[in-house]
Amino acid sequence: MSRSPSRAPGAPAAPPSRAEYCVIACAEAWRGAGEILASPMGTVPSVGARLARLTFAPDLLLTDGEALLIGADGTVEGWLPYRQHLALVAGGRRHVMMGASQLDRFGNQNISRIGGGSPPRRQLLGVRGAPVNTLNNPTSYWVPRHSRRVFVEKVDMVCGVGYDNAARHPATARFHDLRRVVSDLGVFDFGTPDGSMRLVSVHPGVTVREVREATGFPLAVPEEVPCTREPTEEELLLIREVIDPAGLRGREVPEGAGR
Amino acid sequence: MMTADEAVSRLRSGMTLGIGGWGSRRKPMALVRALLRSDVTDLTLVSCGGPDVGMLAAAGRVRRLVTAFVTLDSVPLEPNYRAARESGSLELTEVDEAMFLWGLRAAAHRLPFLPVRAGIGSDVLRPGSGLRTVTSPYEDGEVFVAMPALRLDAALVHLNRADRRGNGQYLGPDPYFDDLFCEAAAEAYVSCERVVDTAELTKAAAVQTLLVKRHTVTGVIEAPSGAHFTSCDPDYARDDAFQKHYATTPWPRFAERFLGGDERAYRAAVRSWREADR
Repeated sequence: MSRSPSRAPGAPAAPPSRAEYCVIACAEAWRGAGEILASPMGTVPSVGARLARLTFAPDLLLTDGEALLIGADGTVEGWLPYRQHLALVAGGRRHVMMGASQLDRFGNQNISRIGGGSPPRRQLLGVRGAPVNTLNNPTSYWVPRHSRRVFVEKVDMVCGVGYDNAARHPATARFHDLRRVVSDLGVFDFGTPDGSMRLVSVHPGVTVREVREATGFPLAVPEEVPCTREPTEEELLLIREVIDPAGLRGREVPEGAGR
Repeated sequence: MMTADEAVSRLRSGMTLGIGGWGSRRKPMALVRALLRSDVTDLTLVSCGGPDVGMLAAAGRVRRLVTAFVTLDSVPLEPNYRAARESGSLELTEVDEAMFLWGLRAAAHRLPFLPVRAGIGSDVLRPGSGLRTVTSPYEDGEVFVAMPALRLDAALVHLNRADRRGNGQYLGPDPYFDDLFCEAAAEAYVSCERVVDTAELTKAAAVQTLLVKRHTVTGVIEAPSGAHFTSCDPDYARDDAFQKHYATTPWPRFAERFLGGDERAYRAAVRSWREADR
C-alpha cells in the first residue's frame, strides 16, 4: 500500500511516487482550461482534476461522479444529470479524460470489445459516450498500465475517434481535438504532421526504450525527451493530505510494480 | 394500479421493451423479476444496461439489445451479459449515449430521426448497423448521424413515489432517461417504492421532482425494494454485497435460489442469504 501521508514536522517529504507524477501529468491537461467541465475517469485523473482546480485552473467545473457539480471542497454548486451532461458535451465546454482498453497510433480508442468478428472474443463495456465526446469536446486518455495490449497498431473497434478517422470527415470533425495521453510511463500527444502519437515526456525513472518496448506501434520520439515535471511542495501536500489522504492513487499505479 | 405480474401479462414475446434506470441504478428489478417468471421471450431490449440486461440475457429472453453500455457500476463488466455476447446468443446494436438519448427524444417527438454529431468516424456506423447519415440543408452542409427513433412497444421504469393515476416522482440526483422511456413507448409501466396520495407528492419535495406524467403511464405498480439490488437514492443505496454475490454466482444457481418465487420470496431469500453470509 501507499505511504502514510503524515510525517513528523520538519522531516523532509518523501520523494514523489510514480502515481504522483501521473497525477501531475493529468492535472496539466486542464492547465489554462478556463470555465469548462473537467470529466476525469479513473482515480489518478480525478485527483489530477481536483489538483488543477485547487491550483492553476481555479475556474474548472467538477462533478461528484454522479449528477452534482461540486467545488474543490465538495460544496454543491450545480446540477448536471446525464441528459444535461450530454448537452454540455455537444456545446464543447468540457475536457474529458477517458480510459482505454485499446488505443492506437492515431488515438482511436476502444472500450467496447476485444476481437473484431462476431461474436466478440471478449465483450467489454460498450462505446459509452466515446463517439460523441471525441467529435465535440477536447479529449485525453489515461492508461494506468502501459503495455502492448493497450497500445496497439489497430483497435478492434473504434469507439473514440482518432486523427486518421477524423481526417476523413473534416466538416463533422471540426471540433475533434485529442490533447494528450497519460500512462504510468509517460505523456504523449499527437503533434506530428500525420496526427500519430508522439512521446512528450517520460516519468522520472522510465527510459525511452521501456516506453518503446511497451508500445505496439512505432512511436514518434523527439531527439530530446524531457522528464515529466516535478510536483511543487504545495502540490504534493495537496495530493497527500487534502485530495487523496487515503492513498487511492497508489492502488491504481502501485509503486515499484514489476513490468 | 396493478401488480407486477399483471403488468408483465400485458407484454408479448417479440416486443421492443425499454427499461429505465442507468447501469446498476434505479432499475425496475421487481418488474424484471416478474418478466423472468413469465414466458415472454424473443425481446428487443433498449436499455442503459445493468443487471436487467444481464438477467434477461442469461435467461435467454433477449434476441437483440440496443445500448451504449452494460455495467454494474461497482462491478465494471456485467458477467451474464458478457457470457451471452461471447457465446453469440445475443445480437447487439451499439449506439453512443448521445445517440441513445436522441433516439428516445425522436420517438417521444414522433420524429423518424434526429441529427446528432456522434458516431461518424467511429465503428458504430460500420456496415450492417442500419444507421444512416443526413446532410444539413443549410450553407454549412455538415453531415450528421440521423439517429432513428427508438420507438418502444412498452417501457418499464422504477421511481421513488407515484400516485395511483401514474404521476411519478424521483427523489434521487438523476432522472436518467425514465420520462423519455415512458414518452417513447406505446405503453409504460411504472413501479415505485410507495404509492401515495397525489397531494402527498409535493408536500415535502419540489414540483420539479414530478418526472413522469400520468398521460404517458399505463399502469402503476407498488414495489417496495423494487430496484433491489440496484440503487434507489435516497430510499436505499445499491446493495453491493448482494450484487457481488449475483456477479460471482453461476446464473442457474442464482436463479434457483432467488428467482423461483414472487417478490416476497425474493426478499426472504435475500434476507436468509444475508444472515448466512454474516
